Amino acid sequence: MDLKIVNYGAGNIKSIQFAFQRLGYDAVLSNNPDEIIKADKVIFPGVGEASSAMKMLRASGLDALIPQLKQPVLGICLGMQLMCNHTEEGNTKGLGIFNTNVKRFSNNVKVPQMGWNRIKNLKSGLFKGISEKEYMYLVHSYYAEDCDESIATSDYEIDYASALENDNFFGVQFHPEKSGKIGEQLLKNFLEL
Amino acid sequence: MLTKRIVPCLDIKDGRTVKGVNFVDLRDAGDPVVLAKQYADLGADELVFLDISATQEKRRTMHDMVLKVAEQVNIPFTVGGGISSIEDVDDLLHCGADKVSINSSAVKRPGLINELSQKFGSQCIVVAIDAKKIGEEWFVHLAGGTIPTDIKLFEWAKEVEDRGAGEILFTSMNHDGTKGGFANEALAKLSDLVNIPIIASGGAGTIQHFADTFKLGKADAALAASVFHFGEIPIIELKKELRKQGVEVRL
Repeated sequence: MDLKIVNYGAGNIKSIQFAFQRLGYDAVLSNNPDEIIKADKVIFPGVGEASSAMKMLRASGLDALIPQLKQPVLGICLGMQLMCNHTEEGNTKGLGIFNTNVKRFSNNVKVPQMGWNRIKNLKSGLFKGISEKEYMYLVHSYYAEDCDESIATSDYEIDYASALENDNFFGVQFHPEKSGKIGEQLLKNFLEL
Repeated sequence: MLTKRIVPCLDIKDGRTVKGVNFVDLRDAGDPVVLAKQYADLGADELVFLDISATQEKRRTMHDMVLKVAEQVNIPFTVGGGISSIEDVDDLLHCGADKVSINSSAVKRPGLINELSQKFGSQCIVVAIDAKKIGEEWFVHLAGGTIPTDIKLFEWAKEVEDRGAGEILFTSMNHDGTKGGFANEALAKLSDLVNIPIIASGGAGTIQHFADTFKLGKADAALAASVFHFGEIPIIELKKELRKQGVEVRL
């Protein structure tokens, strides 16, 4: 399988590569549009601040490429957030793939949310074999608002979208690469889509 | 709901686990990677590796270890010990560490916290604070708690948050090694004072100590070493009891 990780300078890329390696797949880093467009599956990672990540994405021209991809694409953490319409972080316009907006948690809860939270209202093949009792590892200060494209929600002060799906595009707020066996199951499901 | 985290801590010297690990059925209890995998399978939520190597050269072996842990372990982990520059952090994150923990270097040069959180994001910058209660006041200590300073714990904690730390790992020198319970009063005060997660450290001896530090100490995570390494408290048993007492955990 030709599996590419979009490499635009923002991300915990090593851990994602290692997670696929544990599943027996070689995930290759690429910032080359010709390579990415031909891949069977694409991972769009991201860690850090939204506006600077978006700048790096624009600088490489990948902001125009990603919304046009036809194969299954999985955005992880900030990657997922950048696939939404807009994020409050750095007042940043997103790629508009998911029809929802990203907001900051209020100070009624500790920010960032850091740790394992339950995923519920699971609605996608991405969660095949994963029950509503399971937990995923999350680290984030901003969240995507619950919407029609939510395929999982989590509860931290409010119910928010912890996973999204629109056609061939998938996004997860949690880190499947750091979420134990359950996270590995999700990555395996993505590869089998 | 977000669950409370149980965090085993491993002391590493020259790339090997330091004494005091007596795990059931382990081929090599000195191999941090083997131990880390075991802990991940046994239900630990996160791991901390503390490098206590004496020299910079020996620390390079830490990079190999971090790379191997990242390769084989599927839960998040933090690396601490001797980190004092952007380059140090860059190296460790590139090897696959999820977070780094800084301590003395932040006290010596607080601007380091700002630099690191701006470059790498708050989420991966843990500031470890060792403090000791002297009279009625808690004072920050350096170098593994051996060198006292006149910096007050609560003022420092607030400053650390303002400078961009994503999490505080608080060790009470008064409680560390006593197995008499965590410093819950100070922990609760810290948790009310700052709006970032607090990891409680120092004093774990019984399952009830963990329940108390989550309920009374309002801690977000609890770190311990020997009670886990010697199998005195199996993590699964601990989590079952915590859940029974109404503390949300991942089981």
